[in-house]
Amino acid sequence: MTDTSTQIDPDATDPQATALTAYPMDRDARCPFDPPPELRRLRDQQEPPTRVRLWDGSNPWLITGYTDQRALLADPRVSADTELDTYPHATEATRARRHQAKTFISMDDPEHARLRRMVTAPFAIKRVEAMRPAIQRIVDDLIDGMLEGPRPVDLVQAFALPVPSMVICELLGVPYSDHPFFQRNSRILVSRDQTAEASVEAQLALVDYLDELIGRKLADPADDLLSKLALEQVATGGLTQHELAVTSVLLLIAGHETTANMIALGTAALLEHPEQLAELRETSDPSLVSGAVEELLRYLNIVHSGRRRVAAEDIVVGGRTIRAGEGIILANDVGNRDQDAFPDPDRLDIHREARHHVAFGFGPHQCLGQPLARVELQVAYGTLYRRIPGLRLAVGLDQVPFKHDGLVYGVYELPVTW
Amino acid sequence: MRVIVDQDKCVGSGQCVLAAPSVFDQRDEDGIVILLDPEPPQELDQDVRRSAMVCPALAIQITD
Repeated sequence: MTDTSTQIDPDATDPQATALTAYPMDRDARCPFDPPPELRRLRDQQEPPTRVRLWDGSNPWLITGYTDQRALLADPRVSADTELDTYPHATEATRARRHQAKTFISMDDPEHARLRRMVTAPFAIKRVEAMRPAIQRIVDDLIDGMLEGPRPVDLVQAFALPVPSMVICELLGVPYSDHPFFQRNSRILVSRDQTAEASVEAQLALVDYLDELIGRKLADPADDLLSKLALEQVATGGLTQHELAVTSVLLLIAGHETTANMIALGTAALLEHPEQLAELRETSDPSLVSGAVEELLRYLNIVHSGRRRVAAEDIVVGGRTIRAGEGIILANDVGNRDQDAFPDPDRLDIHREARHHVAFGFGPHQCLGQPLARVELQVAYGTLYRRIPGLRLAVGLDQVPFKHDGLVYGVYELPVTW
Repeated sequence: MRVIVDQDKCVGSGQCVLAAPSVFDQRDEDGIVILLDPEPPQELDQDVRRSAMVCPALAIQITD
């Protein structure tokens, strides 16, 4: 890992800056639930916005304030097109994948809206609510397995990862028995430390897998989303089979690492706040559980590598002009700790009104799967602690391997016992 | 209060439905917003304002 706290000479493109901080910064290992201290310092002192230095030497703008982040993410003058030359890529691997398997998350309207709307219906609130009993069964079965199995157990493998994986497989019609294959490849795609070759290879393997599966669905449709999309879009010429495969990779993996990390990291955070965990365990009020989900989404903000964009026109932010073509990084982790939006922001408080957080982003690209993620987390948090009331860490918190090197934050393992 | 929605801007996040389910719904075919009640009763004021605030597409306008 590079020493991310090093001060580097400014790039000639920003003569006003005296020194540029490297981004992303490292967290303080003693405060694993908080954003990096250096990032919080920049947020506290930052007015107007400053530039940071990325892995490739480029100098995009860093936006840390909640209000500025929302305004920019919803601004049609801001582009999400990853193929633009100055797009601030997170890693060499994500840059290497920019022309390949591009989905609507890397496109601007109107093409973005056209493609996103093809897959929005299954994530509508009523449709997702209708899945709640199936999600509850999956959660209960996994907890049955934990209770019958040995202790201690790794909560990530026994519970946190299988929950979203089984749910999305059921929704899409992907055989869950293939999970070693797609979980391994999706892990590669969300790592900061993979080579470009490994990352490209993982993505192509997933596209090929889905392409082949969609071919089988076209020949022999089942009652699942892939069959429905294959018949509605591919059979009618709205999308090619390859385009649907590319979109399906996004649907399959986007909810995996994210929801899994929220379940495991949220549990680790709640175990450090036992009085709030006890409230969740004992409540019969679904609104307390859904409020806790929103607060944990805000507090943990696992997408900790920033949302990344390019200014398509000149935009004035906080008295500074971001020029057309310049990169922008929106650090939602500190945006969600902005005291103007969330009083006493560094305190976890499950009774807080936190629904306006930016953990799912903001603007037209806000997470498509968020209704499903919410219900999965409500069922997981609402069931696990009630059914295993003595749940506790089997190691010290300082022994837990946190994903400091992940594009998405979380824990690699969470050894628990009861 | 009067509520106006912009279906062209809507991205189907469903946040409005969660905040004020008697005022907003979603189309079956693509999850895009449907306005059920353009003049909601006063007791829903706070819920409707919250819907407008959390809408990621800024697709909900409120006039008093």
